[in-house]
Amino acid sequence: MPDPLVKIEGLTRRFDVSKPWLNRVIERDDKQFLTANADVSFEIAKGETFALVGESGSGKSTIAKMVVGLLPPSAGTIRFDGQRIDASLGIPRSLRRRFQMIFQDPFASLNPRWRVGEIISEPIRTFGLMNATDARAEAARLLEVVGLSASDVTKYPHEFSGGQRQRIAIARALSSKPEFIVCDEPTSALDVSVQAQILNLMRDLQDEFGLTYLLISHDLSVVRHMATRIGVLYLGRLVEVAQGKRLFAEPQHPYTRMLLDAVPDLALSGRRRRPVEGEIPNPISPPSGCAFHPRCPLAFDRCRTEIPQPRPTPAGQAACHALDDMVPA
Amino acid sequence: MTDAKTEPLLSVRDLVVEFPTRRGVLRALDRVSFDIMPGEVLGMVGESGAGKSITGASIIGLIEPPGRIASGEIRLKGERIDTLGPEAMRRVRGRRIGMVFQDPLTSLNPLYTVAQQLTETIRTHIDISKGEARKRAIALLDRVGIPAAARRIDDYPHHFSGGMRQRVVIALALCAEPELVIADEPTTALDVSVQSQIIEVLKDICAERGAAVMLITHDMGVIAETADRVAVLYAGRMAEIGPVRDVITEALHPYTAGLMGSIPTLTQETDRLVQIPGAMPRLHAIPQGCAFNPRCERAFAPCRETRPDLISREGGRDVACWLYDPARTGELRDA
Repeated sequence: MPDPLVKIEGLTRRFDVSKPWLNRVIERDDKQFLTANADVSFEIAKGETFALVGESGSGKSTIAKMVVGLLPPSAGTIRFDGQRIDASLGIPRSLRRRFQMIFQDPFASLNPRWRVGEIISEPIRTFGLMNATDARAEAARLLEVVGLSASDVTKYPHEFSGGQRQRIAIARALSSKPEFIVCDEPTSALDVSVQAQILNLMRDLQDEFGLTYLLISHDLSVVRHMATRIGVLYLGRLVEVAQGKRLFAEPQHPYTRMLLDAVPDLALSGRRRRPVEGEIPNPISPPSGCAFHPRCPLAFDRCRTEIPQPRPTPAGQAACHALDDMVPA
Repeated sequence: MTDAKTEPLLSVRDLVVEFPTRRGVLRALDRVSFDIMPGEVLGMVGESGAGKSITGASIIGLIEPPGRIASGEIRLKGERIDTLGPEAMRRVRGRRIGMVFQDPLTSLNPLYTVAQQLTETIRTHIDISKGEARKRAIALLDRVGIPAAARRIDDYPHHFSGGMRQRVVIALALCAEPELVIADEPTTALDVSVQSQIIEVLKDICAERGAAVMLITHDMGVIAETADRVAVLYAGRMAEIGPVRDVITEALHPYTAGLMGSIPTLTQETDRLVQIPGAMPRLHAIPQGCAFNPRCERAFAPCRETRPDLISREGGRDVACWLYDPARTGELRDA
């Protein structure tokens, strides 16, 4: 890839979930760690929408938080336009301005005591981009950009519906003129008809401002609609990365296939879904080898002992030992 | 399934549910009518606040006061159940109508083992011995797909994962062999891979026992793969009801059509999703005439004045939209 905007290498994040010290001494327990992400590597090119999908506990949101510098990685690096992002090292303001985030719940992400104008212009003030008068005018202009009315600047968040609030959150994200926006489940809290409005808006804004998105979602149909490339996460590891539509047409990893089989679809193809086996294991003590092997129909001995490394597939890459055997080298 | 000769299992007629508030009386449901046939799966869809859950709650007599059924009637096999007293209603609930709610943690008592909860429920409704009830409970757990049911039955709810808990709840809903199961967003709290397992179990086990299902969900994909018929609610009113395939492929009501177009699918190529402007009105500000008219591209004069009633069309379909009013189709052509 020529010059990616975001380059993530070997990203790992562990959380200490041990019991308190005294309990550990009395019960003779060791420290316990939850590995939210292990050895995740991918790149995002300028202007594309890279989506991360996975079920709950797969580590999607942890990656999002590390990418915007809200959480330091335990290992690995994140580079934005060549510069390192690491919450523990501090991020220069000039760099921090260039990426923003949109959160899942628009009822929690807007301060209820602030007027919409103040909310939207906060990044402008924080980064000292404009004087107060210009910032107010900019807030009004951005409201119109996201499909609300300029006169809404004086209102409070509670006067808006969920979809309108998400528009406000988007306007706020745009106000520091970022190049890259991390969208963590931007439409999961919204009804479908409103979801369509927000997804269309996100696409329009991408065309207009040349934005790059990292889209986090558990909804495969949303991801398919929006993404240029898709990464599939399972228990904190990236099992497959592929070009958007091709992931759906020719899934390579058995987990991706299982996930696609499980999605109820409007298409009414009459297909009988293949019964999915089992549930996501406990991330504190993940299975040895490939974390998916207990649920995998193709699992063999090697899967139980050795963690598979990503290898190239026609549309991207996948980490599966079974693929090795199927494609003769 | 919708044979005119068979008597409906559940019949809801002109149901009105009201909530008195400081801002005046809110109508959460406004003259909602539908039938569920024996053994049928009826999907109930709509966006948040459309009245899906209130419909389910009113059938089982669990509307939180001060909310109340203001008018209309609900009949189970011809017998009115909306006027029953609390004691009589309690015997209907569980015995004749089973329930599965969204959050499996809140529908199970954390202080009792699964065995205690299941056998108690069975013995409340069916006169059998403790040992007999336990045997039944184990068979049921086994049927809903709990591995090693005979051993797991003595575990507490927190020993089970989310998907397993929802299986227990389904067993609990079915243990008295009800004729109707009301499932309110049974898979919303679960991951997709588990969601499909639960839907499968619910569907199969109800079909086996001949129980009808009212499946309340906002997920059209689940409805498409599960329901026989689907009812679409909008702002507390029935917009459209009909066989699931027809409603999805050629929706009659403009709201249903917009709703279907706004859902990204896994197979079609759409560059832009259909977008319904605006949002569903709040209950205290429902517009005059058809509740959907301010958002509707095809609205014309009568839509703004008078609320349309359900109009029957061929193929067992009903739609509440002036576009299909035989008396007004002329007017439409002029407009």
